[in-house]
Amino acid sequence: MPKLITQVGCPYCGSSCDDIEVLVSDDGKKVLEVHNACTIGNNLFHHANDSTRPMLPRKRQPDGSMKEISYDEAVDYTAKTLLAAKKPLIFGFGSTNCEGMSAVGRVAEKAGAVLDNCASICHGPSFLAIFDNGYPSCTLGEVKNRADCVVFWGCNPMHAHPRHTSRYSIFPRGFFTQKGQMQRTIISVDPRVSDTAKLADIHYMLNQGHDYELFDAFRTVLRGHDIPDEVAGIKKEQILQGAEAMKKARFVMIFFGMGCTHTDGRNHNVDIAISLTRDLNTHTKASIMAMRGHYNIAGPGQVWSWQFGFPYCIDLSKGSHAHMNPGETSSVDLAMRDEVDCFVNVGTDAGAHWPIDAVKHVKKHPFITIDPNFCMASEISDLHIPVRIAGVDEGGVVYRMDNVPIQFKAVLKGLTGVPSDEELFDMIYERMCKLTLTEPIWLAALEHRKYPSVVS
Amino acid sequence: MATVTLKPTKTPTIMFEAFNITPDAFAGKTPAQIAALEGREGKIKVTIGDFFEVSGSPGATAAETDIVIAGDCSRVKYIGNKMTAGSITVNGNADMYVGGWMKGGKIHVKGNVHSFCGIGMEGGDILIDGKAENYVGCAYRGDWRGMKDGTIRIKGSAGNDIGTFMLGGTIIIENNAFIHVSTHAEGGTVIIKGDVEGRVGGQMVKGDIYILGKVQYMLPGFKKIEVVEKEVDGVKGTFDHYIGDLGERHPKSKGKEIFANLYVKAAA
Repeated sequence: MPKLITQVGCPYCGSSCDDIEVLVSDDGKKVLEVHNACTIGNNLFHHANDSTRPMLPRKRQPDGSMKEISYDEAVDYTAKTLLAAKKPLIFGFGSTNCEGMSAVGRVAEKAGAVLDNCASICHGPSFLAIFDNGYPSCTLGEVKNRADCVVFWGCNPMHAHPRHTSRYSIFPRGFFTQKGQMQRTIISVDPRVSDTAKLADIHYMLNQGHDYELFDAFRTVLRGHDIPDEVAGIKKEQILQGAEAMKKARFVMIFFGMGCTHTDGRNHNVDIAISLTRDLNTHTKASIMAMRGHYNIAGPGQVWSWQFGFPYCIDLSKGSHAHMNPGETSSVDLAMRDEVDCFVNVGTDAGAHWPIDAVKHVKKHPFITIDPNFCMASEISDLHIPVRIAGVDEGGVVYRMDNVPIQFKAVLKGLTGVPSDEELFDMIYERMCKLTLTEPIWLAALEHRKYPSVVS
Repeated sequence: MATVTLKPTKTPTIMFEAFNITPDAFAGKTPAQIAALEGREGKIKVTIGDFFEVSGSPGATAAETDIVIAGDCSRVKYIGNKMTAGSITVNGNADMYVGGWMKGGKIHVKGNVHSFCGIGMEGGDILIDGKAENYVGCAYRGDWRGMKDGTIRIKGSAGNDIGTFMLGGTIIIENNAFIHVSTHAEGGTVIIKGDVEGRVGGQMVKGDIYILGKVQYMLPGFKKIEVVEKEVDGVKGTFDHYIGDLGERHPKSKGKEIFANLYVKAAA
């Protein structure tokens, strides 16, 4: 009898939908059907059925080919490489659970590594703005139940977060928003007519890269001052109309994405968006949220802030304290300036997402990929270690884009002999301790850790 | 004044974090002791002697010590970090954090510097003959108390984020700058003798900015109130006087709101 598993979390986008239902085969090894998920989420679950998934680590041979090796050999190579490097970089964690992120903390500290996550090339600037200016945010539940004016600034959830608009931001009927879309004023700020912009009541098609000016115009108008006739390609009347719509709303919600964090000014665009949110609170209620990309990319921010005091770009090479200063300790800058001599890519694809020059720089040194699937990074790596897919054949805690923790379930039995990220990092940590003749420090993790009992 | 000369002997593979290259750390030491001062190359503890040949002798105090680096320091960070007195001359380029958190003394770099030059500076003088990258005289991440005092003069161009969260002191860029000048500033003076692309004085509360070139994109939060004659760093001229950022909070003094001032050289 196939089994229907309900309340499953989806390991795709930052919306981290937790209402998925998955029908799995009798032996718990195949996904038969996926209900409620978007196309991408659906495919992610079915992808786990792929019979060509790697089940053993593969190491690059002198002739350039990849040869399968045992997990013990792979763990030994990784431990030795990390210990030998002067400044290793461990990057990724967009798509894994918090248990893995916590376990890698021990490895990174032991290796004196720089620990960074995908936020570095994504919402990292939002963190910098939050450091500078605070984060007046709320949960997605509040958005659904209260927000009657939703601003999408430099983001396109119709494509990047497919169920975001139907679950939280445009269509759902909430406690104070019982008319759903009818009751909400949607404002989109995007230089292109994106599919989200097509749903908007007001679309600001601003000149690309001039978000800061438009934010400043809104703030100036809200304080009762005059603005020029045209700002960032937008007519004054239109700006006044939008400002009025926000002022009149009962609850304004600003969602921002890469259009703010990765155009000129970066953190300052988010910084002034936060200032605008603060200003709006003198007229009505307003809140702001980053449209985090992956289902658990808010996780490393939470886990590492708790462990090291910083959410990303954490330089642990000093041994005595963590140092963080993006621009210096951010992955792409480190790579471009040849400041690292070993690269570990975990649960992401630096090969696909990094600037090609940065990839070329880190490729000069040992390059290790830890990922359940074949990807561009795994194919250029010196070592590829497969792990279980978090959210599909490995459960765990994830943080949704509003920093709400959700317990994800494993719907499939994992591949035999393939460890989870957490188990793999614990193995690497233990090996590093053995090589350096030191006692591992597990602290509270000892009672809860799974390695080596679970690995079969 | 007593001079210590550091001659680079080796280029670090990973950057050399030379937080001990300051007159404060050198004062009263022998060349051998100076060569034994600690630094970092990644997670490896190294010494100044691993990368430099040390000659000469320092004074008894930091104020009596001059340091001359006779060569390129493109891969050396933290030169003059937290120094309080004395001087450092670099006959070449330097990397990040030149004069970071410095309290006094003088730094002269004859080449270019990388980012974070004069970060969190509290006093002293920095002179860069070449160009600087981003974050000249800015605040450390999350700190709302940026540069407090001192002077930074960049003879070349600079990147973005000049004088972020600045509270006092002077920054002079003698060539062009990119974006974000005096963002969030609550004091201090920034003079840019070249052109700026835009975002001058965004979220600025107090302080002065002088642009002797052109501003390509003015922020909507700045309003022109008058035309004034001014002398700025030895240059006389007619300036359009703007106040702003009108979108930002501003303190009141004697019932009047105090705005930040932006002076842009009037078109001839």
